Amino acid sequence: MADENILLDIRGLTKCYKGDAKALDDVSLNVRRGEFVTIIGASGAGKSTLLRCINRLIEPTSGSVVFDGREMTQLGKRDLRLARQRISMIFQHYNLVYRMTAIENVLHGRLGYKSTLAGALGLYSEDEKALAFKVLDQVGLADFAYKRTDQLSGGQKQRVGIARALVQEPLLMLCDEPIASLDPKSSRTVMERLRWVADELGIACLVNLHQVDFALEFSDRIVGLAKGRKVFEGTPDEVNEEVIHTVYGDVDIEGLPGDRMVPTIVQADVAGGAAGTSSTGVA
Amino acid sequence: MRARKLAVEGPASAKASTRLTGTNASLAATNAFFRKKTLVLLALVIGFFVINGVSGAFVDFDFVSAVVDIPAGIAWMAAEFMPTVDSLSKLESILPALGSTILASVASSCIAAVFAFVLAVLGSRTTGIGGPTSIIVRAIASIFRNIPVVAWALVLLFSFKQSEFTGFLALFLTSFGYLTRCFLETIDEMSTGPIEALRAAGATYFQIVVQCVMPMCVTSIISWVLYMIETNIRDATLVGILTGTGIGFVFDVYYKSFRYDVAGLTLVTIVLVVIACETLSNYIRRRIM
Repeated sequence: MADENILLDIRGLTKCYKGDAKALDDVSLNVRRGEFVTIIGASGAGKSTLLRCINRLIEPTSGSVVFDGREMTQLGKRDLRLARQRISMIFQHYNLVYRMTAIENVLHGRLGYKSTLAGALGLYSEDEKALAFKVLDQVGLADFAYKRTDQLSGGQKQRVGIARALVQEPLLMLCDEPIASLDPKSSRTVMERLRWVADELGIACLVNLHQVDFALEFSDRIVGLAKGRKVFEGTPDEVNEEVIHTVYGDVDIEGLPGDRMVPTIVQADVAGGAAGTSSTGVA
Repeated sequence: MRARKLAVEGPASAKASTRLTGTNASLAATNAFFRKKTLVLLALVIGFFVINGVSGAFVDFDFVSAVVDIPAGIAWMAAEFMPTVDSLSKLESILPALGSTILASVASSCIAAVFAFVLAVLGSRTTGIGGPTSIIVRAIASIFRNIPVVAWALVLLFSFKQSEFTGFLALFLTSFGYLTRCFLETIDEMSTGPIEALRAAGATYFQIVVQCVMPMCVTSIISWVLYMIETNIRDATLVGILTGTGIGFVFDVYYKSFRYDVAGLTLVTIVLVVIACETLSNYIRRRIM
């Protein structure tokens, strides 16, 4: 398996929170350069924990994470900072500094490359500023560079988030529920942007998703997590009713063909007059 | 959950109404709940009046004579403390003292804010450096805040004598305690998402504080500092009386030499400055929010 193409190799990753059951239980998976891998699973299945164990926003309990030939779990503070330069992350709630403009938020992605003082004072080089404008243009927000981010729409905010991730010139992008707070149209724009990042820029994407329909449409490979364990891995074609059942248990999933048991609470809400106004992303 | 379900199904159909009649048992429980609340409220009101009566009788507080005496007291005050044309000539001794009091208030608030912010960042739950720092910072803030400014002034008077600096220091110490507490709350309530994002990008602690924490809480910090300046101008008068400096001292001197008209003028200038300061800070607050 010593494949040059493998960018990220996770083996036996386990995370125990104090007193709780294992959030991650012996998870192994790998991501090739430029590959688009989606992780699906119910809330609390350990998807977010998995992503955060890769760049060590959360310290894994045991297991190994090899990124671009380096063992992440053994790195000291300084080396960890260096490694994080090439791993960028985007978030469900965008996590922008709303009082600042789009371009300032994008340039935050360069902080990992800069000395503490230069970064704190916001002394970015000409090249960095040019790069920041280029990536803002790539996500279609060139005209919004000087706009404060609290004035942007949800979809635009997330695209600023993507621009901030791109300005890091990463090899890997970790995307934690990137479209969970967005309407269907913005969701599609964001997913298309991410797919474009993988195809055109060759940046691998590891994406947590709730929406199985989007996962099926955009991924090269899908990984299913349930209760901290990997219960499925395969191409979108291999995902069927049974796989969904294993990953999610007995709940209704939007966007899959075929009839399923619909939970009673959903029926009650529809009967109450909400019928036809559902804004969820049904394919 | 139950309440939400009922609300949603309410207008729906006959099915919903059968559901409603099925809740007679819970209706009785609801009535009992509200009856109990009314009784508790009634007991509280009666208790309030009883305590009032007992404690009033204990300190010889007579409501009727108090009401009768107040107008006479106010009339005396108005007559004695009414500034006269003559007292206006003393303005040149009042205004410099007023100026130094304002400056002492602004300086003590702003310098306290710098120290308070550093301490608050280190002690906050979201940006803290961990370990026992959080508890230590909270303890420090609590000590400085809970010792009244009057007590500080009297204690510091021994060490620093009768000087402007003593007054400044007394204001600084209470402001420092108060602002530390306010900034701690502000930073604690801040969303942690952007901090996480910058950490993920490899930013250092100092970079995160300057590029993320400061921009996110700058408006409420400014707002608190403005409030502190207002409060300090008011308190500076009292501190001035105790430490023999600033506008408080001027008031004290004229008051003790029976020049009530000039003392009254001094009070008027203080009130005007406080109102002006409040108006200005309200304006600034509206602009930056």
